[in-house]
Amino acid sequence: MLERLITGAEIDGFRLGECMHSGAQGIIFRVTRPNKSAPMIMKVPRFGQGEPAENLISFETEANILPALSGAHVPRFVAAGSLERTPYLVTEWVEGESLETILKRGTLRADQIQNVGAALADALHSLHRQDAIHLDVKPDNVIIKPNGKAVLIDFGLAHHARYPDLLAQEQRFAAGSAPYISPEQMLGTRSDPRSDIFALGVVLYEMVTGALPFGIPRTMAGMRDRLWMDPIPPSAHSIESTPWLQEIILRCLEPNAAARYQSAAHVAFDLRHPHQVPLTERSTKSRQAGVIAQARRWWLARGERSPPRRLPNVQVSTAPVIMVAVDTTHPHDERLPALQRVTGQVLSLSAEFRLACVSVIGAGPMVEGKGDTATASGIHREHLVRLRHWVAPLNLPPHRLALHVVVAASPADALLEFARQNHVDLILLGAPRPSQHALAWWRSAASTVTAHAHCSVHVVRVPGETADADAAPGDALRDAAAEEGKP
Amino acid sequence: MVIALLADIHSNLEALDACLAHARERGAERYAFLGDLVGYGADPQAVVDTVARYAADGAVVVKGNHDAAVEKRAGYMNDASTEVIEWTRAVLPAVSRAFLAQLPLCIVDETMCFVHASAASPERWVYVDSISAALKSIEAAQRPYTFSGHVHEQMLYFQSSVGKVGAFSPLQGSPVSMHSNRRWHALVGSVGQPRDRNPSAAYALFDSGREQITFHRVPYDHLAAARKIREAGLPASIAYRVEMGI
Repeated sequence: MLERLITGAEIDGFRLGECMHSGAQGIIFRVTRPNKSAPMIMKVPRFGQGEPAENLISFETEANILPALSGAHVPRFVAAGSLERTPYLVTEWVEGESLETILKRGTLRADQIQNVGAALADALHSLHRQDAIHLDVKPDNVIIKPNGKAVLIDFGLAHHARYPDLLAQEQRFAAGSAPYISPEQMLGTRSDPRSDIFALGVVLYEMVTGALPFGIPRTMAGMRDRLWMDPIPPSAHSIESTPWLQEIILRCLEPNAAARYQSAAHVAFDLRHPHQVPLTERSTKSRQAGVIAQARRWWLARGERSPPRRLPNVQVSTAPVIMVAVDTTHPHDERLPALQRVTGQVLSLSAEFRLACVSVIGAGPMVEGKGDTATASGIHREHLVRLRHWVAPLNLPPHRLALHVVVAASPADALLEFARQNHVDLILLGAPRPSQHALAWWRSAASTVTAHAHCSVHVVRVPGETADADAAPGDALRDAAAEEGKP
Repeated sequence: MVIALLADIHSNLEALDACLAHARERGAERYAFLGDLVGYGADPQAVVDTVARYAADGAVVVKGNHDAAVEKRAGYMNDASTEVIEWTRAVLPAVSRAFLAQLPLCIVDETMCFVHASAASPERWVYVDSISAALKSIEAAQRPYTFSGHVHEQMLYFQSSVGKVGAFSPLQGSPVSMHSNRRWHALVGSVGQPRDRNPSAAYALFDSGREQITFHRVPYDHLAAARKIREAGLPASIAYRVEMGI
């Protein structure tokens, strides 16, 4: 089929435009179709006599997986040609810049690393949520769109738990790119979403230092180093590396998947809230472990690693981000202890959670007990203290906890925005107070959050409270009707 | 063309009816019954009648080891299974016994092979329960697609470009592409006696046009099917297996 591929030719209704790339694995053309204005590309694998069989298997893998994926972080699938006669894959053309190109211009500033890193973590989380694992995350395969979002491309090495893994049987070629491949992937595991988190760590390391944590190994032995060797800490390379960034990167690069972040959402969370990153000895390391420590790691790395038996989506669900809305402007509110009890119960169901306690305060220094002279930062601090006081009885380890005071006019909107941005899986918040029952339910923050949240919402009511303490539900409905009837 | 693939019905009428209705709703145009219509369950005659009706309309039906045992006693079966086979032989009318006796062991067309156990020597009732057994069956079938039962679990084996075989444990309700450039061996699960601690009936739908297979689990009144086994005076251990899906 390759000989037919020239600009201007037509294949199954697609007209070939400019040839954008011609490599060992295949050729990429821009294509157009009548009545379709969206820009598209066609990817054609090199196959047949003299071409490596993996080209076709990677193509088959991508053609299987891409149509099953959706969302803003993957190119939209358009069409696939028949495998026997005309294998090709047409997808949307993603406008933006490859992360490879961005990195060629030099290392990035901490704030750029934060944005690009969090965007990439968002994309991986979205993929893992769909039971897919990329397994070839590297700057080449990441496009940063003009709006800052990341799109993952090239699913030729990917794994989707709902489809047979055609590559698992093909051990003749290394399933991954040498500098980025995770230790468990090297040992043949293709079903662990945490392999993508390792690769994300390598990309973050590269963004900070301009170097690769394990170099570009050319031999199998060189690749095996990552099973036990710890990389030179980023701070030894670059002044841009801060303790929190080093903490995040080295945690992603832990050889044992269980010691890494368990969900890409948690990496995104830490990159977006650097001051909430709990620092361990990883953050201050200035050199690699000594010979004895390395030898110990090498010894430990010999042990068996069993891949997770759960679907990627189920696997990341065991590491939820839980958000609790705590109204610190009313510290004596009778709902706060009830909310605390329920939070404790919910957290006891999961070992790998991240709890974000969020308090929304109004703009301006309008806080009870404070004069107008109180400064904004003083007020902020005061509410952080109240949040910390509220959460203290739950006795949570610091790396499970994050505290946020958000200044906003609308608590509901602020909570929704926080939840969306941070991949929150469950929102806990109080029901309206009994004194608010005269107010129609649909006007409460709890109802707005419940109606518009992208995730589950747990509305906590103080036991024994009844809705008709002050007003019968009928009154509220009548009020609502009267309100609606107004011009 | 959407083909419903049903194996190991084992005289379970409730499970069979549920799967047939489920397949019909999803556009099944052709039916293939992959052996073991009888044995274990309490409704051999109704099940054989139903399958014979589909056969008259062109359905594929192959013989299973329990069907063969009705005709000729099998030495390898355990006491409970043998007891049910004896009972089945006694209650089935001659015409139903004759229907079972004339079933072929294997049916092939250009692209598909239908068999109860392994396409490599179907009469030996070999379990395709490993990669090596799947490879033997695939190579004997010489077709892109082999469909079988006997193992009472759902599994999809596929051959790589170098001839090695991989195994994929399918998720129910998710269509899986089976391009005919490689060879595939699908174990479709058991309609009447699933054994993975899920009592729901198991079967699969193959869409030959789209080259896609979808494995299904269909909840049905398994407690009623188990009750009938007890009421017929058949071994309680078999009723318990149907209740628990073990």
